[in-house]
Amino acid sequence: MNCEGVARRVSNYIDGDLEVLVVEEIELHLKSCQHCTILVQQTRLTVTLYRDSDLVDFPKEVQLRLHETLRREIRRQKRAT
Amino acid sequence: MALYCATLAMHSIQPGLLANLVKTPTLSASNPHRLPSNVAREDEHLLVASAKAGDASAFEELVNRYERKIFRLTMNITRNREDAEDAMQDAFMKAYSHLDRFQEESRFYTWLVRIAANEALMRLRKRRPNQVSLDEPIETENDFIPQQIEDWGPSPEQRFAQTEMRDILRTVIEELAPDFRIVFVLRDVEGLSTEETAEAVGISEAAVKSRLLRARLKLRQKLDRHFRKGVKQ
Repeated sequence: MNCEGVARRVSNYIDGDLEVLVVEEIELHLKSCQHCTILVQQTRLTVTLYRDSDLVDFPKEVQLRLHETLRREIRRQKRAT
Repeated sequence: MALYCATLAMHSIQPGLLANLVKTPTLSASNPHRLPSNVAREDEHLLVASAKAGDASAFEELVNRYERKIFRLTMNITRNREDAEDAMQDAFMKAYSHLDRFQEESRFYTWLVRIAANEALMRLRKRRPNQVSLDEPIETENDFIPQQIEDWGPSPEQRFAQTEMRDILRTVIEELAPDFRIVFVLRDVEGLSTEETAEAVGISEAAVKSRLLRARLKLRQKLDRHFRKGVKQ
């Protein structure tokens, strides 16, 4: 396994979505390659940072408008049936 | 109704939920990848059954449970608040109107995500018709393979204040092409499986994996500008 091979599989590697033999090849490469070791760490951290950060606020007025719209729609559909 | 009352009793939930929001079990904020427990799935199933039988309160409870996540999804796809709000409203209205078509082979949440993702994508395509081409194969050049890698130094998540980190993450994800952003958001932010993401976006599982790889590497590369050792001490 070379560096390009690791880069192409880094996503499946951090998801645990590779055959055992391929994982072994990657880990053998990582033992002697600082470049790929950092790549794996940083890719994993990238996912963790986004997964753990809620970047979108849910404003109260947006929530109230949704509830009002749905109430109207539910009433409308109930009248129609 | 009896079924729904049993569900309410299980969680000590009062009716009239839209007016009086009740916190209910959702995906863990600290670990959104973890799916709700079987108990939560059972509960969702009961709520859906009641809503299908015409109990509007049961549907309202489902809205309360997922509205925040659905808005986050539509915002993450459209990057436009007005479009995101419209997409969210239409998604819930369509879900309500077409509840009888929901087959319960998948989770209600996954079904809802698929509707919301489609609503958000339609609006994104209208605004930026040349930037979203989900049906076209992605080029196969190797430009996403990183050539140079620099250490980010000790834990960037501790070097930056929380608000500063949020700004960086927001800026960086907005720069990502929509094709990649959608797959990344569904898989890594909303915690859908590869199969569920493929179903929601209407592409193959292989395409999901390929786009996820590129999205993650692109984001890593863009974060590198901010996190490289020495950028901020």
